Amino acid sequence: MATIAIAVDDRQKRPRPRTRVLEDERWLAFALLLPTAVLLGLFIAYPFVKGVLLSLSADRVGVSGGFVGLANFDKIWNDSIFRTAVWNTFWYTGVTTVFKLFLGLWLALLLNRHFKGKAYIRAAILLPFIIPTVLSTFAWKWMFDPTFSVINWALFKLGLITGRINWLGDPDLAMTSIIIVNIWRGVPFFAISLLAGLQTISPELQEAAAIDGAKPWKRFWYVTWPLLLPVTMVVVLFSVIQTFADFQLVYVMTGGGPANATHLFATYAYQIGIGTGLLSEGAAISLAMFPFLLLIVIVQLLYIRRVETR
Amino acid sequence: MIEGAPWRRWVFFYIPLTLFVFVLLFPFYWMLITTFRPDGELYQPWNSPRYQPFWTSNPTLEHIKYLFNETLFADWLWNTMFIAAISTVISLFCGVLAGYALSRLNFPFAGSLGTGIFVTYLVPQTLLFIPLAEIIRNFKLGDTPWSLILTYPTFLIPFCTWLMMGYFKAVPRELEECARIDGASRVQAMLYIIIPVAIPGILSAGIFAFTLSWNEFIYALVFLSSPGEKTVPVGVTSELIRGDVFFWGPLMAGALLGSIPVAMVYSFFVEHYVSGLTGSVKG
Repeated sequence: MATIAIAVDDRQKRPRPRTRVLEDERWLAFALLLPTAVLLGLFIAYPFVKGVLLSLSADRVGVSGGFVGLANFDKIWNDSIFRTAVWNTFWYTGVTTVFKLFLGLWLALLLNRHFKGKAYIRAAILLPFIIPTVLSTFAWKWMFDPTFSVINWALFKLGLITGRINWLGDPDLAMTSIIIVNIWRGVPFFAISLLAGLQTISPELQEAAAIDGAKPWKRFWYVTWPLLLPVTMVVVLFSVIQTFADFQLVYVMTGGGPANATHLFATYAYQIGIGTGLLSEGAAISLAMFPFLLLIVIVQLLYIRRVETR
Repeated sequence: MIEGAPWRRWVFFYIPLTLFVFVLLFPFYWMLITTFRPDGELYQPWNSPRYQPFWTSNPTLEHIKYLFNETLFADWLWNTMFIAAISTVISLFCGVLAGYALSRLNFPFAGSLGTGIFVTYLVPQTLLFIPLAEIIRNFKLGDTPWSLILTYPTFLIPFCTWLMMGYFKAVPRELEECARIDGASRVQAMLYIIIPVAIPGILSAGIFAFTLSWNEFIYALVFLSSPGEKTVPVGVTSELIRGDVFFWGPLMAGALLGSIPVAMVYSFFVEHYVSGLTGSVKG
């Protein structure tokens, strides 16, 4: 032991300049954060600034169009497809979030019991969340196919319909189909996160309430739900951001059709910016999401701060 | 368990749980059965008497053969694996270092930097893909795997950093101080004491980051153009649909085979994956 200590001592007597600099917490922190700062600066901060500049000019692919001020935003504001896309995005986010929360919480409560094979069930139900969205969405698109739909077959056999349902061909039904797939994909995330939250709640609280004569429903509402609220808030806000900015699901299911009826911000930005090559207009459509995303992030930060200072 | 009569147990527990499992897993069953169904059976309208949805009596490998012989599916698999692996390694490297700095060192602006990284965690890819495509082109990275290897860390690093901060905070300060008293430098204490303790966290972050990169779509769709460079999700989308014609057999075979690697990684590390997922939410 003594020899080791001496050896270390020796080394400290003539430290190399590099290691001495890293003994200072500020320099060490700088060095450790540098790779992250470079990557995030280059591929998040810089594109953001470039995106703002792009949205204020009239560039097309290969053609630089010069500064035009807010003309792009003015144009999209008067674009009926853009307005539909805005409405769709809010509708899509709102409806799916309500269902995902309700179904996810239900599933979490079911899984919060002891039963045989629980670990397998829990692992299996996360699959929709793990499997690449594009690939599982293709399975859904195939299931919704107007001619070969297994869903139509099942509904027909159950006697619920008499003719075929053209799931992706009718504007309203197409949106509903997309909403169903999003809920399907999102429920496991809600369920597993809320289950983790449920497991931090001491079962003694439940038992105490039961001894005091509270019915299951009241026990949930007055004991479990308030204790679960912090996790719920974070899960909902995460999901809202992801859903609001969603792209792949709509891109695969309908590509924004029929007749541009199911576009979201992101798919319309893609169609205009990449599809038709109007880069500046596409960038403006994408950036139009920013105020809403910012609002959600601020709510989230305020909420986290409140929980931390409590 | 549910108290009371057995029927209550069925109504409030077994039936709802079975329904959830059925609906959540059915699309994967559908992928599987479609993959092995011959075309003649596949294209039977739903209201035809010969429509038999749940089974096939003549399983075939023709769709899988088509996938490997007529498309570049093997290349797509390799590309996706390669890109996901390298960007995960880069993100873990950056995330572990940044997480250590933000959770265990005192320096000016530590709090606001932490908040800044958290905010980038919430920036969706769809907000920046158009200007980013321009930047990728200016850097001459377009249509190369590096366009994705360098951009995927932008959504993986914030997540890894956030998760690692949680793990590092849980390591008691005394452990590090002991090492320092024994003469270890700060960097040595970090490398030999703190990081080994946080290895479960690194594994969780890595698994989660890997599945996220495997899943990524819009950057891959916009930045890559030649068929041989594509990832599985993009290749399947662009090469197995010609105009309005969908090659459903090969499409489902591609979806199935493209899901297997990520499902396997997941099944080996379920517990780590779940702790990564829930850790990312709880922070």
